[in-house]
Amino acid sequence: MKDKDLHAHHISQQFNSELDDIKTRMLEMGGLVEKQVADSINAFMSLDSGIAEEVKRGDQLVNALESAIDEECTIILARRQPTASDLRMVLSISKALSDLERMGDEATKVADAAMKLGELGGLPRSVLEIRHIGDHVLTMVRNALDAFARFDSEMALKVAEEDSAVDMEYGTAMRSLVTYMMEDPRSISSVLQVLWALRSLERVGDHARNIAEHVIYLVKGADVRHADIEEMAATVQELPDR
Amino acid sequence: MTVNYMDTKKAPGSHGINLESLGRSRSDVAFEDEDITLTVDNLDLFYGEKQALYDVSMSIPRQKVTAFIGPSGCGKSTLLRCFNRMNDLVDTCRVEGKISLDGDNIYERGVDVATLRRRVGMVFQKPNPFPKSIYENVAYGLRIQGINKKRVLDEVVERSLRGAALWDEVKDRLHDNALGMSGGQQQRLVIARTIAVEPEVLLLDEPASALDPISTLKIEELIYELKDKYTIVIVTHNMQQAARVSDYTAFMYMGKLIEFDNTDTLFTNPGNKQTEDYITGRYG
Repeated sequence: MKDKDLHAHHISQQFNSELDDIKTRMLEMGGLVEKQVADSINAFMSLDSGIAEEVKRGDQLVNALESAIDEECTIILARRQPTASDLRMVLSISKALSDLERMGDEATKVADAAMKLGELGGLPRSVLEIRHIGDHVLTMVRNALDAFARFDSEMALKVAEEDSAVDMEYGTAMRSLVTYMMEDPRSISSVLQVLWALRSLERVGDHARNIAEHVIYLVKGADVRHADIEEMAATVQELPDR
Repeated sequence: MTVNYMDTKKAPGSHGINLESLGRSRSDVAFEDEDITLTVDNLDLFYGEKQALYDVSMSIPRQKVTAFIGPSGCGKSTLLRCFNRMNDLVDTCRVEGKISLDGDNIYERGVDVATLRRRVGMVFQKPNPFPKSIYENVAYGLRIQGINKKRVLDEVVERSLRGAALWDEVKDRLHDNALGMSGGQQQRLVIARTIAVEPEVLLLDEPASALDPISTLKIEELIYELKDKYTIVIVTHNMQQAARVSDYTAFMYMGKLIEFDNTDTLFTNPGNKQTEDYITGRYG
């Protein structure tokens, strides 16, 4: 695993602290987004419009953080002209910011669906799929951020592997909900809200996978976007940490 | 030494799509396909007792820009000066190993050094025009070859000044003294003087380090244009400059060639820890 303090050995102390700062702030933003997603799932499970409202308000902070930290990245690129691992660090952070912001958007969509479902009077059926897939993607988000914090490409690979599992669960849930709608057409508008929420959570998982790919780029210097899991695993196992 | 000539074009999952058309590829030609101008084989160099270069081996591709970077005293200028035997001028200097220009060992007995230096021209850090007119500076190399026909000289002077991106600035004052030009213009004049004798290789030793940023960019732009005709080797302290102008970059440290790779790879994903530390500013 990569030396945790690798980015703290520049001749320029100022540069050290700037890099450290954007990384820390990106991870803090990640913590906030993780909470947004968790809250949106709780809002959905309990049909609590109060929590849902909070999630929607919280998204403004997520958006503001994305702009602010990304601007810091731009300034570092302009003023420091980072190279090699420093360059990959700034680029990975900047890309991770976009993914986190999109996760925030998906959380507000789950919150929206929760409010609509509440207005429709809830569901006559349990929505365990939301809890199940929700917990799964939350773990992915947490692990992707941990992998970033520790430059841990193996953990990043695990996140990517989990994404395939989530995609399968999503497909299964989809089929069971479609069956449910066919059996009880009066529930269609309510069940659609569950489908939208599930769709959003599945997207959160995709963004977690993207962050995991940025981690592999950061640590290994290899672009694994659009690579399948086997190629990704080979990259993680065969290339040295850079 | 890490040599990584890997083909960087094929990204995983590219499924055979031609990625060339989608954006700038990392390098136009794989290193193996380059035509080689200069070859260095197991070169050791000593200044008296002190060894300055250790077992350097590398190939300099034709009509490409190769940059040498590294901390002061790492041997990059010493290596550059080997390519036209400028080190011969240092009494205590001793060279072992081989450097070939188009396949012929330039350290062979009987090599005419004057001819070699016409084929391998050199430009130094500080512009060094002769205290003569702009015209005479450029014509100098031909005059010492005994060429004095005005028509020939006029043509070469214009062509060289155009080649050095200086013609438009000086065409109305060709007979003014060259020392009245700005530093950036003087440096381009020196380049014009060098290319007037049609060398194959241009060695540039910190060619822009005494110039302001605009003049520096003009020199860099010029380097880009010149590589269509010449093989260019540049030594620079300015890493961003190496990143901007070169196709290949060699990192040297303590007299050894540490890493030599295409510039895009070296600056985004170097293979060697020492290279990484140097280019990211952790050296020290």
